[in-house]
Amino acid sequence: MAYSFPEEVLEHVFSFLHSDRDRNAVSLVCKSWYEIDRWSRRRVFIGNCYAISPRAVIRRFPEVRSIKIKGKPHFADFNLVPDGWGGYVFPWITAMASSYPWLEEIHLKRMVVTNACLELIAKSFKNFRVLVLSTCEGFSTDGLASIAANCRNLRELDLRDSEVDDLSGHWLSHFPDSYTSLVSLNISCLGSEVSFSALERLVSRCPNLRSLSLNQAVPIDRIACLLRQAPQLIELGTGAYNAELRPDVFSSLSGAFSCLKELRSLSGFWDAVPAYIPAVYSVCSGITSLNLSYTTMQNPDLTKLVSQCPNLQQLWVLDYIEDCGLEAVAASCKDLRELRVFPSDPYEEDEFDIALTERGLVSVSEGCTNLQSVLYFCHQMSNAALISIAQNRPNLTRFRLCIIEPRSPDYLTLQPLDAGFGAIVEHCKGLRRLSLSGLLTDRVFEYIGTHAKKLEMLSVAFAGESDLGLHLVLSGCESLRKLEIRDCPFGDKALLANAEKLETMRSLWMSSCSVSFGACKLLCRRMPRLNVEVIDETSEVAESRPESFTVQKLYIYRSVAGPRLDMPDYVLSMEEESPDLIG
Amino acid sequence: MQSDPVSGSISTLSREDDAAMSSEDSSSTLADCDLGLGLSLAVGDEAACSEVLRPIPKIITAENLPHRFRSSLGTSTLRRVNGIAGIKRTADTVTPNASSQVVGWPPVRAYRMNSLSNLVKSTANKEVTSKSMQNNATNSARKMDSDCYKGFNHKQGLLLKSSYVKVNMDGVAIGRKVNLTSHDCYQKLACTLEKMFNVPIGSSVITGSSIVEYASLSGETISSKLLDGSTGYILTYEDKDGDWMLVGDVPWRMFLNSVRRLRIMRTC
Repeated sequence: MAYSFPEEVLEHVFSFLHSDRDRNAVSLVCKSWYEIDRWSRRRVFIGNCYAISPRAVIRRFPEVRSIKIKGKPHFADFNLVPDGWGGYVFPWITAMASSYPWLEEIHLKRMVVTNACLELIAKSFKNFRVLVLSTCEGFSTDGLASIAANCRNLRELDLRDSEVDDLSGHWLSHFPDSYTSLVSLNISCLGSEVSFSALERLVSRCPNLRSLSLNQAVPIDRIACLLRQAPQLIELGTGAYNAELRPDVFSSLSGAFSCLKELRSLSGFWDAVPAYIPAVYSVCSGITSLNLSYTTMQNPDLTKLVSQCPNLQQLWVLDYIEDCGLEAVAASCKDLRELRVFPSDPYEEDEFDIALTERGLVSVSEGCTNLQSVLYFCHQMSNAALISIAQNRPNLTRFRLCIIEPRSPDYLTLQPLDAGFGAIVEHCKGLRRLSLSGLLTDRVFEYIGTHAKKLEMLSVAFAGESDLGLHLVLSGCESLRKLEIRDCPFGDKALLANAEKLETMRSLWMSSCSVSFGACKLLCRRMPRLNVEVIDETSEVAESRPESFTVQKLYIYRSVAGPRLDMPDYVLSMEEESPDLIG
Repeated sequence: MQSDPVSGSISTLSREDDAAMSSEDSSSTLADCDLGLGLSLAVGDEAACSEVLRPIPKIITAENLPHRFRSSLGTSTLRRVNGIAGIKRTADTVTPNASSQVVGWPPVRAYRMNSLSNLVKSTANKEVTSKSMQNNATNSARKMDSDCYKGFNHKQGLLLKSSYVKVNMDGVAIGRKVNLTSHDCYQKLACTLEKMFNVPIGSSVITGSSIVEYASLSGETISSKLLDGSTGYILTYEDKDGDWMLVGDVPWRMFLNSVRRLRIMRTC
């Protein structure tokens, strides 16, 4: 009989495993390890809320304290998913309300959260601590009032990028005077002004407050007194940073910033007036994260600010930074790990006066040896630049390039950018995420299928020539989990030839491609554990569609929960369309 | 993260890495590959091969695209999606190549788009706004302990609310979103909505008293059927108090401040 550790010992050992993958592996060793892991698992991540039912999760993991759930497909961020598609969190909240009384944390992304959900959360979980609503929608500030009023132990309230029905700022005043445990507050997405006195009182009575992201409505002359109440801040998002220059306001602000000895992250700065920027210079040397992507600040002030931050690791900025600014970044910010450059005027069609080209990115790739993650919007790119970037930075793990005009070729040679992106996947062996753009043939997919063995997420738009492209990706990318495609000539053959592959992935999105209705039904029949959903906004009569009808949008995801029951009229489950499915 | 054991058949190309990098290598190897992969369904025969082998033109325009693909960029799609993208230009300037005509492109989050449309660019505006900002700073200092207020809008030409509002039409399953701040009057909004829903909408009920005033002041004629009457649809909006009102009764700026969403209602 094999000697075995007592359960308590195993449980203690397992507690050192933090990654879900490791815990999943552990649970496969034997039945007793499976049980021990089951009962001791405290964090669960649900990458697709429709992949499994709440009841099934609760059944397997009865003692969860923290849950993270994602809803809509990523392309919902760009208005490609119509309203009412789904992603409702209410069924999860009701299930957890009765089964997880000790739940502490809820993290949601791209889900529909109603006021009823927030009220239920506020009532049901006595030790509730963390609420993060990332790119969510469906609730109003009334729901926030419930959270504020009832969650005595709340540490974190983060509404990042959510669409909130902003009725008024009154909700903040619902935090009772006895409430002192706030650690992190992010209300940057709200439009309404909150009562400033309530905010100030809240900040002053919460000694553990480390992260505060204000909204635009907080004027610049109010920030100083807030900062003085919270010198222990690590992250700060200012409100609007705009006022006529007044020496007393400036010196007050400057003094307040200089007291923030532990500040590491700065954001906000809406409509920043350059004259007030020097007020933050005293903290620049400690800053590791800077988000200037909502500010109108331009050069030279913008570059001057960024160059003052030698310890910068993460920089989000608009293309106002220009090539010269990025060269300065490459020279001063040697520890830069993540760069995101967003377009200031995405729809500009005429000659651009923004001097941001591929050269900026190449400079950063040369100067910043720790650079791992790139998101870059620009108007021109060349294979030579991409090859250079790939050779400079083989340690890239995320590379997302958006050349704004679809199908733009290499601007120097007028060739497709296949070779450039090929170099990226060949050199960057640890690449996990890739977004393509520009003129691309099937060749680039050959490179990707051959080299991108660690690639987990791929975004493709206006690329490729035939089904071969899709086939090469699906058959070659061993680690692929998420694939999203729009406006590419990919059709039935590649999809059906790689049907089994789809069950190893979380999801596949295809819109404005060439997949037929018939192929969707066939796919669904062959793969019972795939949900094949067709989104069709054009006609209302489902039955009359011929097999050859090209579907507009297609979302395929693996699921053990069967087809979902909350689909709107315009979403068709192929399961329903294929009634002769084997049960 | 959920476990996802690698399973299923994976066919890889058995070629050296170097070969893949030589971009000058002819597409004949791709064609070999195409046939040799043994796809379970017939590989599009002539059409697919010819698409792989055809020379890539120097500058790609819509004309170069294979016909079946080009059709997916048809003008009906462009017209329909124009409003969703919420761009500043009207549907009159539709050209198939322009990136601005395509919904969801460039891939910038709606949240960020709203912020961008709120940014004030010119220095002239900045001077004006900083002055009004200054005034409001003193004002708010005075009423420090008073209740907060909604619809924070003290900057000229600037709205801090999300400028995208949802639009639903009776009988249409799909809602849309429209960018209000890219319009400066009711007429333009109505035109956008008419194109968005591809239906001539009209109202025999909307009096739009302020529209008439505005129109006479600016010398414009009411050209939108939405606002002046015909086929039995009216445009309504939900205001900040949750009441449904007819569009057109209040001055445009006031409307922008209070509108939460729009609905095209059938009257018959």
